[in-house]
Amino acid sequence: MIHFPQLIGRTVLAGLTTAGRLSIFTVVALIHCVRPPFYPRLILRQMIEIGYYSLPVVGLTAIFTGMVLALQSHTGFSRFEAEAAIPNVVVISITRELGPVLAALMVAGRVGAAMAAEIGTMRVTEQIDALTTLSTNPMKYLVAPRLIAALVMLPCLVLVADIIGVLGGYLVSTYKLGLNPGNYLRNTWEFLEPIDVTSGLVKAAVFGFIVALLGCYNGYYSKGGAQGVGAATTSAVVGASILILASDYIVTELFFSR
Amino acid sequence: MTEAAPKIAIRDLHKAFGDKKVLNGIDLDVGIGESLVVIGGSGTGKSVMIKCVLGIVEPDSGSIKVDGEEVVGMPARERERVLSKFGMLFQGGALFDSLSVWENVAFGLVAGKGMGRIEAKEIALRKLGAVGLGPEVGELSPAELSGGMQKRVALARAIATEPEIIFFDEPTTGLDPIMGDVINDLVKKCVQALGATALSITHDMASVRRIADRVAMIYNGRIIWNGSVKDIDRSGNDHVDQFIHGRAEGPIKMPIRPL
Ligand SMILES: Nc1ncnc2c1ncn2[C@@H]1O[C@H](COP(=O)(O)OP(=O)(O)OP(=O)(O)O)[C@@H](O)[C@H]1O
Ligand SMILES: [Mg+2]
Repeated sequence: MIHFPQLIGRTVLAGLTTAGRLSIFTVVALIHCVRPPFYPRLILRQMIEIGYYSLPVVGLTAIFTGMVLALQSHTGFSRFEAEAAIPNVVVISITRELGPVLAALMVAGRVGAAMAAEIGTMRVTEQIDALTTLSTNPMKYLVAPRLIAALVMLPCLVLVADIIGVLGGYLVSTYKLGLNPGNYLRNTWEFLEPIDVTSGLVKAAVFGFIVALLGCYNGYYSKGGAQGVGAATTSAVVGASILILASDYIVTELFFSR
Repeated sequence: MTEAAPKIAIRDLHKAFGDKKVLNGIDLDVGIGESLVVIGGSGTGKSVMIKCVLGIVEPDSGSIKVDGEEVVGMPARERERVLSKFGMLFQGGALFDSLSVWENVAFGLVAGKGMGRIEAKEIALRKLGAVGLGPEVGELSPAELSGGMQKRVALARAIATEPEIIFFDEPTTGLDPIMGDVINDLVKKCVQALGATALSITHDMASVRRIADRVAMIYNGRIIWNGSVKDIDRSGNDHVDQFIHGRAEGPIKMPIRPL
């Protein structure tokens, strides 16, 4: 039987170990991102994988989110005859929060999991060791391209998500709720401030980095065959999701609190 | 063999995983241009030993010198330079499954030596030919190959860069006897033609007699016998005798309980 204080101690120590290892991994990975040789082919391949192939998933998430936002704010605002505020609510919620967060969570499930599974399999089948013996640094070859690609592509995805999300809100507001299309678009445009979009894009870059980092980290240190790879995949998605929400608060605080 | 400075010198190498001691003071020299074969039971730490030399596994203590240069605890950048002398055939193949077969073989040429892809492909196809695989195989992905074919691709990859030192971790397991003999020949030829130093691991006594200049036997985390392959039948060591004749009875006890 394990005594309760022992359990606490062990958990804290394990947590600190992971945090330390993740920090070192991050620093080493960042150094490899900026130091040659670079692998443009691999970066491009990852960009297509992360950016292009995530478009359907992110687009669908965005359009339904925009639609639901319009519907929900209508039920609220119509009580005060304040339907004119719907475009405002939709565009600010999408660009500042829901676009980046939901896109990042979807990408974490799609791409982060795939990264952990692929790198994890390479670890347990000794492919990562083989890379080393073939004069190739696995951090540079496997991790850096994924980090760079995710950092660049997530903002692009979120920009698309912003547009599609607003479109979703527009469709529901004009066709279902009977708002005037011209007024809707004008209200959207006039309320929108540059910082709404830029803060969202900065978040997207941070989230993209987190997704790729957690995917690579968990894959890189996975052990114990298929089961270990499965566990790595789970930790990659869960870890990334939690870190996305936590860093969302921090970035928001940096941008908007004074 | 040890008059000249050895290519690889391992001294008092220790490695434990948790409280399981795997290597318990290994001493081993591999001379320049020599083909050394390490034999020993399953799970005795043969693979771990060569991974220590390659820096894939960090030893707990001891010294490993390659060309007189200490590699234990060497910084990563210098290690890359030392590793470019090595070729390694992994026990499980360890082919990159995101790349085609020829890209696997050409990997060291392109990534390590900065060769152009067209030139590297030519060499890769030639190496594949040498292990009995036609150019059509080059376009396949490793997952589409049989186990024995994967082994041969892995062998081609290990020798593609014509390294100074080549490690073969069980090059013939999983091959039919004829292909096994072809591979033995190939290993021997590589070593002779390239003047390479080879360290091989095998359980296959035919292979030992074919490719070894010298044999070392590992048992309980130590090298208990090493000598010329000519002397292997009169080693005077019961463990070696039991191993080469594959007897269940003898000083090496398998931890097996009756059914
Ligand atoms: N990464 C590791 N973590 C924990 N234990 C390990 C690890 N690698 C190897 N071992 C243990 O070390 C021992 C030696 O393993 P090794 O792979 O060197 O055996 P081997 O001599 O190559 O055997 P075989 O002939 O079957 O390939 C095994 O008991 C194994 O359980
Ligand atoms: Mg082995």
